[in-house]
Amino acid sequence: MSNRAALSRPAPPPVVEVEGLEKSYGEVRALDGISFSVDAGSVVAFLGPNGAGKTTAIKILTGYLGADRGRARVCGHDVDRDPLAARSQVGYLPENNPLYPDMRVCDLLRFAFEAQRTGEASAADAIDRAVSRTGLAEVYRKFIGACSKGFRQRVGLAQALLHDPPLLILDEPTNGLDPLQVVEIRQLIRDLGAHKTVLVTTHVLPEVEALAERVVMIHRGRKVADGALAQLVQVGTEGLWVHVGVRGSETALRSVLQQAGATEVTGRSSPFADAAACAVQARVRDADALPALAAAVHAAGLEMVEFAPQGGSLEMLFQRLVTPAAAVSGVAPEPSPEDLGGRA
Amino acid sequence: MKRTLLIARREWRVAFDSPVAYLVLAALPTLTAAFFFLMGDFFARGEASMREFFALMPQLMIPIVPALTMRLWAEEQRSGTEELLLSYPFRVRQLVLGKFLGALGLLALSLAATALVPLTVAWLGPLDWGPVIGGYLATLMLGAACIAVGAWLSSLTHNQIVAWILGVALLLCANLLGAAATARAVPEALGRILLGSDLGLRFQSMARGVIDFGDLAYYLGLVAFFLCLNGLVLERRRWS
Repeated sequence: MSNRAALSRPAPPPVVEVEGLEKSYGEVRALDGISFSVDAGSVVAFLGPNGAGKTTAIKILTGYLGADRGRARVCGHDVDRDPLAARSQVGYLPENNPLYPDMRVCDLLRFAFEAQRTGEASAADAIDRAVSRTGLAEVYRKFIGACSKGFRQRVGLAQALLHDPPLLILDEPTNGLDPLQVVEIRQLIRDLGAHKTVLVTTHVLPEVEALAERVVMIHRGRKVADGALAQLVQVGTEGLWVHVGVRGSETALRSVLQQAGATEVTGRSSPFADAAACAVQARVRDADALPALAAAVHAAGLEMVEFAPQGGSLEMLFQRLVTPAAAVSGVAPEPSPEDLGGRA
Repeated sequence: MKRTLLIARREWRVAFDSPVAYLVLAALPTLTAAFFFLMGDFFARGEASMREFFALMPQLMIPIVPALTMRLWAEEQRSGTEELLLSYPFRVRQLVLGKFLGALGLLALSLAATALVPLTVAWLGPLDWGPVIGGYLATLMLGAACIAVGAWLSSLTHNQIVAWILGVALLLCANLLGAAATARAVPEALGRILLGSDLGLRFQSMARGVIDFGDLAYYLGLVAFFLCLNGLVLERRRWS
């Protein structure tokens, strides 16, 4: 194919497009004009605290709920105007993984395949593929109610995969699993993400770091951050934090650090067994400011017992964006939504 | 239609993977045979007639059909599988009709199992099969209307027991409309409407072998009305 032909071909629509979604339950506003899009071939974490509106947005995307205002499209199909086409593009694992306990795994998979069938693919091939991908062979003929929670989660993933959809929506996929099962399911999602677009909703931060390349963070129905994980963490936790511990007065230490260029100094509980030691955390603009900080502490005659630069973390960003207490406690000024790609 | 039947087949499979189908399949033939041969006066009458057998049907449908329909939507809501089902590319009408047909199929199978009763009667004496066929058709129509009512009630709650109690209460009322129509306080026009709406009275005329278009339209109309209500409940929940 010529380059000209390739250039003239229209770009494929985003797999997910959400524009100004609003949804209220009575007086409670669950979504307040949220917008975002997801391009093909990425694992995106839809992050927010409990009650942020993640599941409501997902339920609108999958057609289970209608939005009061706004529009949602899946692979270019409007979920309201063209619901069957939109739903056929989605493999969905709802929160808490509701399944039919009285059905056998094999029967559920066959039903799910027939229910979501989009082409001429054979049921046997599709089911074999999903069973082998999710490791369900040993419980294939068991009743779902008799399977362990980990296997039930795998059944939920398998039914979502059967029709080979371009988009997988997984709502809290590791909720309630034990640590080993969490590791297994995360590995499975990573594997799936190599071939598909995956939208994972979660409030578990290590899950986001383990799975996603991009984060859309919402809070109280509004988008507060949207971008690549590393970039968000860097911008959202602007500056570099360093843990400093000395034997001596905390007041003196704070004063020395501020004079040496720390933009912010906050207390923290002392991790030291020595009662004479105190601990604080200081924020500096970048790593270049660290030697001056250490030298000033030394020059002030304070015996240093700790000097540990900290990386920015998703947890710090999350706290800053969704915890009002963190924003007012002086941990750091709240970054603007525009800085983080969130135009709520 | 293929996708509607897919839902109906799933309902069958779930019913047969649990005790529900077996209970219904056992209850109807056992109860009808017991009432007809043991508790009724079949042997005293000395006549090969099934009239008394079919006369039992409206009363038997009152507890049995809600037992068949109580889980149709209530269980989907309770377990959260309704969300999964509605996220699959089905139209609401396919889901509603599929569940209805699944339950109707089970009832038809259960009715087929009662065929031992007329076969026994035919073995004991000369049986006129015309009214028997009419009686079965009438029972199926009555059952279809009761299933549509039960399915709608099941969509209103996530508690199967509540769905069953509501079903029994509503069907009982629908069978007492004729009696209410004769009350002195009821105006004549309303009495005529109540009389014409009584599930049991409509049934009795069909069960005698008189297949009237009005009776058929009545039952089909009830089925369509309550299935539409069922669909509206599901649609409305999307916007709640």
